[in-house]
Amino acid sequence: MADYEVPTLTGEGYCEVPAVREDVMKGKGPFIAKPAFQEAMHFPSDFAEIGELVPNWKERALDKMADLKGRYRSLQVFLDICVKCGACTDKCHYFIGTSDAKNMPVARQDLLRKVYRRYFTFAGKYFPKLVGATDLTEDVLKDWYNYYHQCSQCRRCSVFCPYGIDTAEISMAAREILDHVGYGQKYCNEILGKVYKIGNNLGLPGPALFDTVEGLEEDVEDDTGIKVRFPLDEDGAEVLLVTPSADFFAEPHIDGLIGYAKVFHETGVTWTLSTVASEAGNFGMFIGSYETMRRVSLRVREAAIKHKVKRIVFGECGHAWRVAYSFLNTLAGPFDFLDQRYPIPQHILEFTWGHLQAGTLKIDKTENDDKVLTFHDSCNVARGSRMGDAPGGQFEIPRHVIRAVCNNFVDMPADTIHDATFCCGGGGGLLTDDLMEIRVKGAQPRAEALKHVTTHNGVTHMAAICAICKSQFTKVLPYYGFTMDQIVSVHQLVSNAIILQRQVSVQARPDEEEDEDDDA
Amino acid sequence: MTFVSILYGLLFWAATLILVGGVVVKVRQYWNTPAPLKIPTTPAPVTQRGVVWRMFREVVFFQSLFRSNKTLWLFAILFHLSLWLVLIRHSRYFVDMNDFLVFMQPFGRYAGFTMVLGLAGLWARRFLVDRVRYISAPSDHLMLALLIAIGVSGLMMSFVTHTDVTQVKAFFGGLLTFGFFGDEGLPADPIVLIHLLLVALLMIIFPISKLMHAPGIFFSPTRNQVDNPREKRHISGWALELERQGKLYLDELKK
Repeated sequence: MADYEVPTLTGEGYCEVPAVREDVMKGKGPFIAKPAFQEAMHFPSDFAEIGELVPNWKERALDKMADLKGRYRSLQVFLDICVKCGACTDKCHYFIGTSDAKNMPVARQDLLRKVYRRYFTFAGKYFPKLVGATDLTEDVLKDWYNYYHQCSQCRRCSVFCPYGIDTAEISMAAREILDHVGYGQKYCNEILGKVYKIGNNLGLPGPALFDTVEGLEEDVEDDTGIKVRFPLDEDGAEVLLVTPSADFFAEPHIDGLIGYAKVFHETGVTWTLSTVASEAGNFGMFIGSYETMRRVSLRVREAAIKHKVKRIVFGECGHAWRVAYSFLNTLAGPFDFLDQRYPIPQHILEFTWGHLQAGTLKIDKTENDDKVLTFHDSCNVARGSRMGDAPGGQFEIPRHVIRAVCNNFVDMPADTIHDATFCCGGGGGLLTDDLMEIRVKGAQPRAEALKHVTTHNGVTHMAAICAICKSQFTKVLPYYGFTMDQIVSVHQLVSNAIILQRQVSVQARPDEEEDEDDDA
Repeated sequence: MTFVSILYGLLFWAATLILVGGVVVKVRQYWNTPAPLKIPTTPAPVTQRGVVWRMFREVVFFQSLFRSNKTLWLFAILFHLSLWLVLIRHSRYFVDMNDFLVFMQPFGRYAGFTMVLGLAGLWARRFLVDRVRYISAPSDHLMLALLIAIGVSGLMMSFVTHTDVTQVKAFFGGLLTFGFFGDEGLPADPIVLIHLLLVALLMIIFPISKLMHAPGIFFSPTRNQVDNPREKRHISGWALELERQGKLYLDELKK
């Protein structure tokens, strides 16, 4: 199946910390973006071919580093204050899975920190060997490119650091510097180009989306006998739903989308998807570019204004929810034109949980009795956002919803859930086929925890609330002996259990109502 | 007044200037650098008071480190708490003795041992744990060696060869009031001179080294931010300028 060794699982629930080995994952890194992609992203594109650097790359890289550390307190402080205590060294899933020394969070940060010290600190300028400072060379840049694309920016190291140093912040800065010297990542930058041009990561144009939602309406009607609407670009709806584009066609994502639609249908809250903002994910965060992240976020504002909605709700998507919850107000606010009685933005799970508590939804939990569920806390939801009013709501609300629609739920071992959760292995811009080895190895800690509950507690399915987690797991867990369909969306479970009471959608189109009458 | 005393007097004035000036420069840099995004590591407090409490737990109990690694936490807390006791004991050289300082003297005296023990544990990790060995630069080893040497030379004076502490106090009292190094200068004991030389070195490297973690942690955005991005709009000056000028990219801004 692969030309590298896939880790074997013990079923103990945890992974032994491996002995450090050097250069196990040394390599070229993911495919590099061609000049045209860089240009579309407003990054320098004055290099002729993939793999070449821009002229004066060294000066320009250092200028960018100076610029970034002047604009981000996190970067400046984190570069200075690490004491090399080693608390983070055994916390990264990529280190655990690969044993490569440079996948220890502090070692990953040091790739950049050594250069920072050399050019920006007294000790590094005059005593480079003493403090481990290095010159910026082409080889150093290549090492950056390789190892900063073995970080999923999941923030697990930041939880355990006594100073809260977040390797994600360093990775983002490194990627932004690389983007300014000709080493952009093809996967992220090509996708961002599609968002600018077409509106979503997958490049699904408007007509294709209309076809898709129409197909979904037919499917749900065949299944339930009720015309549940999937409104697209419908002005005046109360809610704008922004969801990852994978929800429109991939399994198990699409079952989640059907779940959202059924919830909206039952609650009678009018909603719409948008062709302008047909993507919740924001890869601008992965590449560390505030400007990109803001430009992508402004589409959500544009769509909200265009469709005259009163609320914004985000679908199941991990990094998207971090950007939405933590950054949207900053990047695309203020949202004074929306209904201030609701959180802006709101997570679909907050919406559904609210209605489950209010008793608006009729649920038959036995519909999910064929499953024993566990829940994978998505890294960026767990450590970079919140749901509800109280800290930790991001852990409680998804579990409340699962328990409200399923009879059988078991958590994985405590040091692999909540804010100690392990990343799926595919986050932060790594969900691309040219990075399969690191994706497979990085999934080991989660696979180990899952194996534990499948063996000891009879768990059959793992629910997730992130498009990347779902895609990554369906692709990678089979390497560990699981099957693709063991990964489910949380709203897929809601969809299974919900008993539709409302015969006609509040958003039914006039001609359809006649159809309904005819059928009846 | 010996030549050595004059040299030490000048050295401590310079070291103090570098320590205070250097830390002020770095802290001003941290203070003035914007934090454009809300990035607290969640779950995070939703109020400012909560943040103060979170920071208190980090700074006093090393909460995150405790979660991370119990052995490391033990050595770290042993060293830092002992250092505080030792520092309190040493304040007798700069202020008049009072009841509190008298009470603290024995604690500070024996804390020297636990301080060196903690440091020895931290140093041992740099050799024994392969991951920590990999990430250690020469400066990381030397920093521990320096602190241990300071601790051991200090202990020597408490338990082996006593020095004239009254004379030392007079010397530093003189420095503090610019009274020219006291009447008699420093005692001519090699141990006290070594101890003080190393302390001066530590003060000098403080602002240009990882010792900046002490003031730096208070500026760590993942620990000092309130988790309220939906309720309160957070925006930095440079980002606001993009909005004001209606631009997407910073290089399009008019200065």
